[in-house]
Amino acid sequence: MTAPVLAVRDLKTYFVTPAGTARAVDGVSWDLHPGETLAVVGESGCGKTVTSLSVLRLVPEPPGHVLPGSLIEFEGRNLLTLSAPELRAIRGNRIAMVFQEPTAALNPVFTVGEQIAEVARVHLGVSRRAARALAVDLLNQVGVPDAARRAGEYPHQLSGGTCQRVMIAMALVCHPQVLIADEPTTALDVTVQAQILELLARKQAELGMAVLLITHDLGIVAGTADRVVVMYAGQVVETAATGDLFAHPLHPYTAGLLASVPRLDGARGRLRGIPGAVPPATAWPVGCRFHPRCPHAWDKCRTEEPPLLDGPAPGQSARCWLVSEPERRKPA
Amino acid sequence: MSALVRVEGLVKHYPARRGWLTPGRAEVVRAVDGVSFDIAAGRTLALVGETGCGKTTVGRTLLRLVEPTAGRFTFDGVDVFGLGREPMRALRRRMQVIFQDPSGSLNPRMTVGDAIAEPLIIHRLATRAERPARVAELLAEVGLDASFAPRYPHELSGGQRQRVGIARALSVRPELLICDEPVTALDVSVQAQVLNLLRDLQQAHRLTYLFIAHDLAVVRNVADDVAVMYAGQIVERAPVDRLYGAPRHPYTRALLSAVPVPDPGAARNRIVLSGDVPSPLSPPAGCRFHPRCPHPLKSERCAREVPELRDFGGGQQAACHFGEQPM
Repeated sequence: MTAPVLAVRDLKTYFVTPAGTARAVDGVSWDLHPGETLAVVGESGCGKTVTSLSVLRLVPEPPGHVLPGSLIEFEGRNLLTLSAPELRAIRGNRIAMVFQEPTAALNPVFTVGEQIAEVARVHLGVSRRAARALAVDLLNQVGVPDAARRAGEYPHQLSGGTCQRVMIAMALVCHPQVLIADEPTTALDVTVQAQILELLARKQAELGMAVLLITHDLGIVAGTADRVVVMYAGQVVETAATGDLFAHPLHPYTAGLLASVPRLDGARGRLRGIPGAVPPATAWPVGCRFHPRCPHAWDKCRTEEPPLLDGPAPGQSARCWLVSEPERRKPA
Repeated sequence: MSALVRVEGLVKHYPARRGWLTPGRAEVVRAVDGVSFDIAAGRTLALVGETGCGKTTVGRTLLRLVEPTAGRFTFDGVDVFGLGREPMRALRRRMQVIFQDPSGSLNPRMTVGDAIAEPLIIHRLATRAERPARVAELLAEVGLDASFAPRYPHELSGGQRQRVGIARALSVRPELLICDEPVTALDVSVQAQVLNLLRDLQQAHRLTYLFIAHDLAVVRNVADDVAVMYAGQIVERAPVDRLYGAPRHPYTRALLSAVPVPDPGAARNRIVLSGDVPSPLSPPAGCRFHPRCPHPLKSERCAREVPELRDFGGGQQAACHFGEQPM
């Protein structure tokens, strides 16, 4: 396999809160390879967004801080030790980001054309006129009709779907190596979501960029990702190729998530779901963090925290004692 | 089978604000433009559609949280829109609502117990002495123990708050529950719990649901019948299996094809619609879907002639000139 374009090792991002230290991201590692789509899935509070913000050092400090010993390696350098100017040269240039709320992420007092052009002026150093032409060209490429006119409009004049296209155009200005897309379609209607996913896939193929897709939607993961990282309680609990994950989930949390989703092609009726709720980040359970909600848990799970254990499929591993003691798995 | 809920020709137009920058003729926002449906007692009708299609406004007008512009709503034989203030208050006991955002719909300064007891006080359904027991009973019914009564909404998770919202709605023993995106704000594992709860409660109390949602997979799981809305109108209505199995309207088809399926091996024949939902200020003439319609038979007739909802048998109705030859 080729070397990863972005490697995260033992990332720990903690927040100081009145209720104590919240270990939002607590020892996360993964590799993103050139050209692939890696999905990070999980529910609210699992740490998936904090992970992506940590990569670009966008975590507000204080109350947050990335712990020493964490490593985020991009093009042979640890992003966590770079100076602010060095980081600025990478952010929005080599690594770009698309956020969930496009209307909130755009500046309301500049036209969308000016905002795209600004990226080109800062990172590519092109003239005002060239930047403006590039903005219109990019709007065209991301499928905004009547791009020249639209470039002169403000975010509030555009629909949510068009704003997300603008965000993608901004992210693509410098042909990034890595695109981090944090819930890029969550705020959008399903028909618009389909348009945006199509657009992202097309641009990814054209530019050969790697995409880190942060999402809670397993349907989107199934349709777009090459590999998946499942997060729970600040940790990676399972990682696998997309096909393996959906066909044979190793971790009971992954299996529970899959059983919770109502589907167009499945049986109707009661959903299996997962009992209970995610614990607060200030008080993760001892032992396996999922044990209070796990149907298989036994004594060992309540005291000993499992490491990521390799499963039968290549590249699939899960943070669960069942991997080494499969006979303890109860039938569904 | 007589319908508990009968809605005929419901219309809600809002006057568009005219400022000094936009003088001229007063315009209207056609939020809901002639919507009709029935729901039999004990059944679930889902109203689905995308942002701005008018589905939430339908729910609000039925409860008269906003006054309708035209149309008729008969609830168990009573003409709801013709009721005066007092009889309307009394009727509201029989029609309750669950909102999308449980944190926005609970008073942050009221304990869970007080929030659930409030409707009992307003409708004089329990004496002061009876209330704590009734509150505990309602909490148990939604899967929470009595220790939740003295807590405040901020101490609860999203799923727990939604359970409190449901307990509060149930406290007055309603017959109709209008659920407006009740699981949209919840994580999938919690969403499954709340959907199961709604299912159990419906069976236990023979509740009738108007389930307003945008998620077609969720709707398939809960609904008996489905009505698809587009730009203020119903474009297709059918029992759930027919709507998902043999949709007649091209919009229904596109909507279904756009739902991501959590199966990497699934065939993806996504119909990607171009453009956006039309402005409710000036919906297109003829069929409101025609500018985005991917149907190969689309003709100039679609731009000229408004398609009526036509019957296709088996309880299925669709408003498409080419409903006989679905895509």
